Amino acid sequence: MLSFIIRRTLIIIPMALIVVTLTWGLVRLAPGNFYTGEKKLPAAIEANIKKKYGLDQPWYTQYGMMMSNIIRGDFGDSVKYQGQSVNEIITRHLPYSATIGILGYLLALLIGLSAGTFAALKQNSSFDYGSMSLAMLGLSVPNFVLGPLLVLVFSFWLYWLPPARWGGIAGLILPVCTLAAIYAAYIARLTRAGMLEVLRSDYIRTARAKGLDEKTVLFRHALRGGLVPVLSFTGPALAALLAGTVVVEKVFAIPGLGNIFIQSVFNRDEPLILGIVAFLSILIMVFNLIVDVCYGFLDPRIRYE
Amino acid sequence: MTDPILKVDGLKTYFRTEDGVVKAVDDVSFELKKGETLGIVGESGSGKSVTNLSVMRLIQTPPGEIAGGSVTFDGIDVLALPIDEVRKIRGKRIAMIFQDPMTSLNPFLKISKQLMEVTQLHLGHTKTQAREHALKMLQLVGIPDAEHRLDEYPHEFSGGMRQRVMIAMALSCEPELLIADEPTTALDVTIQAQILELIKDLKSRMGTSVILITHDLGVVAGMTDKIIVMYAGKVFEQAPTKELFSRPANPYTKGLLRSVPDPAHVQGKELYQIPGLPPDVANLPAGCPFAERCDRAEDICRREFPPFVEVAAGHHSLCHFAERVYEQSKSEVNS
Repeated sequence: MLSFIIRRTLIIIPMALIVVTLTWGLVRLAPGNFYTGEKKLPAAIEANIKKKYGLDQPWYTQYGMMMSNIIRGDFGDSVKYQGQSVNEIITRHLPYSATIGILGYLLALLIGLSAGTFAALKQNSSFDYGSMSLAMLGLSVPNFVLGPLLVLVFSFWLYWLPPARWGGIAGLILPVCTLAAIYAAYIARLTRAGMLEVLRSDYIRTARAKGLDEKTVLFRHALRGGLVPVLSFTGPALAALLAGTVVVEKVFAIPGLGNIFIQSVFNRDEPLILGIVAFLSILIMVFNLIVDVCYGFLDPRIRYE
Repeated sequence: MTDPILKVDGLKTYFRTEDGVVKAVDDVSFELKKGETLGIVGESGSGKSVTNLSVMRLIQTPPGEIAGGSVTFDGIDVLALPIDEVRKIRGKRIAMIFQDPMTSLNPFLKISKQLMEVTQLHLGHTKTQAREHALKMLQLVGIPDAEHRLDEYPHEFSGGMRQRVMIAMALSCEPELLIADEPTTALDVTIQAQILELIKDLKSRMGTSVILITHDLGVVAGMTDKIIVMYAGKVFEQAPTKELFSRPANPYTKGLLRSVPDPAHVQGKELYQIPGLPPDVANLPAGCPFAERCDRAEDICRREFPPFVEVAAGHHSLCHFAERVYEQSKSEVNS
């Protein structure tokens, strides 16, 4: 188990560097530059800028410098936000994304697991049909529709909650709900399918034949097997949520990582783009590793060498 | 010793499906005395398992439903009991072993936990007591190195060992009735014999009554006191084991007996098989459900449902020609 974790952790580093390299290539291929604007710069100024940032060097020298800095953990300064290092910017904006991301996923787990389990227990009941239709709706309505809709109802009609901006618990409710909707729907459907399969299995019949009551059958015998599909979904979902959810942050004007990421692309802010991409790719790989380790705890048949 | 421990009378278990009502068990009656072993034989889908799941009230409702009849266990009307009371019987007084030991144990839980929860529930054992008892049970069913194996998961056991664990689990409260639903079907032939020996041995030690469900006539021959042959949800023949094997009074039973491979079988000669397939239980014909496959069916068989005839004491057969078949079997034995 330990050697499995160490091996997987070591692989993360070269993987992240490959992702960074590809991103660097894409940024370079895209037209435009961080210093180009509406007006053409005088040739002398452009040459100065190029010299300052090393852009007058051949591409392989630039790539080498970039990589050697990154390997040392230094992503440099943002070229747009003067005097701010990439590391600073990420640490400053991550908490916003992480807060709504974690809260959103917890809410989604709470709703999805209970609705899915209950729907499976009462298969083909009106609750089953009702919740699964709602889940279908949750999956098909995109964030950018749901967000403004919630704002319209709860802020502009009912005056209950602020429509946007960070600050206080009240300001969290709408973005967290918007974010949770699609994940709750997905988890509910996964849980229902997983539980249905488990509840029909032979070992559940054995548990009932032992004289155990339905509560024990459900919690001691059925739930673990039913949770496996939800766990595999959790890794990538959580990484995506922590990394910031561009649309929701935009709709509710939250200064999270997603917002900054999009800005950095618009600005062609190469160090910032590479920094965020490296951070996100590591995050996703770490979460996948955590999920794989959790599998081993959930299902004793899975053993890592 | 003459009180029936289990009495099933006119049991009907129906499943409501999109193709109509499936009468999986239709008017099944039998009695089991204390310490007796009953074999229930039949092809797949004949209603053997459903009969016994009904006794335990383990039929999924919906789509299943016990539509009529009664089940009396030690004087208790099981079908009228509130489900909480049924749970006090399940696992404690009536226990069950299932067909596939690979899937009947929970893969996520240690063997110890799965064994311990039975006695903790029914006998009020503490954790320590339950663990000791579980260990004793594993040793009883012949699992080597039981102390160590207690903390393993089902996937670390072989098929035969898993079935032993299932038996240990089923017998841990010393039930009065053990229902073994095809306990050896999923196992190798050599393991089959071991498991059957084990059941036989434990049965005589604990005085448990046993219902042995199987489609293998060879299995019931050496184990049971009497046999029920089921077909299309109905009891086709019921007789003491010896009587049934030597003087079957039903063409279906005769067909089953003829399809058992004989060790002295001549090479090249084709094995006998009953022609056709079991009928669709959702749309049974008006007459005898076996008529289409029966080698001696006459017009009356297709028209009228056959009577349940008593051809000898304790020997019943569901056939228009039960007596004639019986006489014929008798003369075959004599010749």
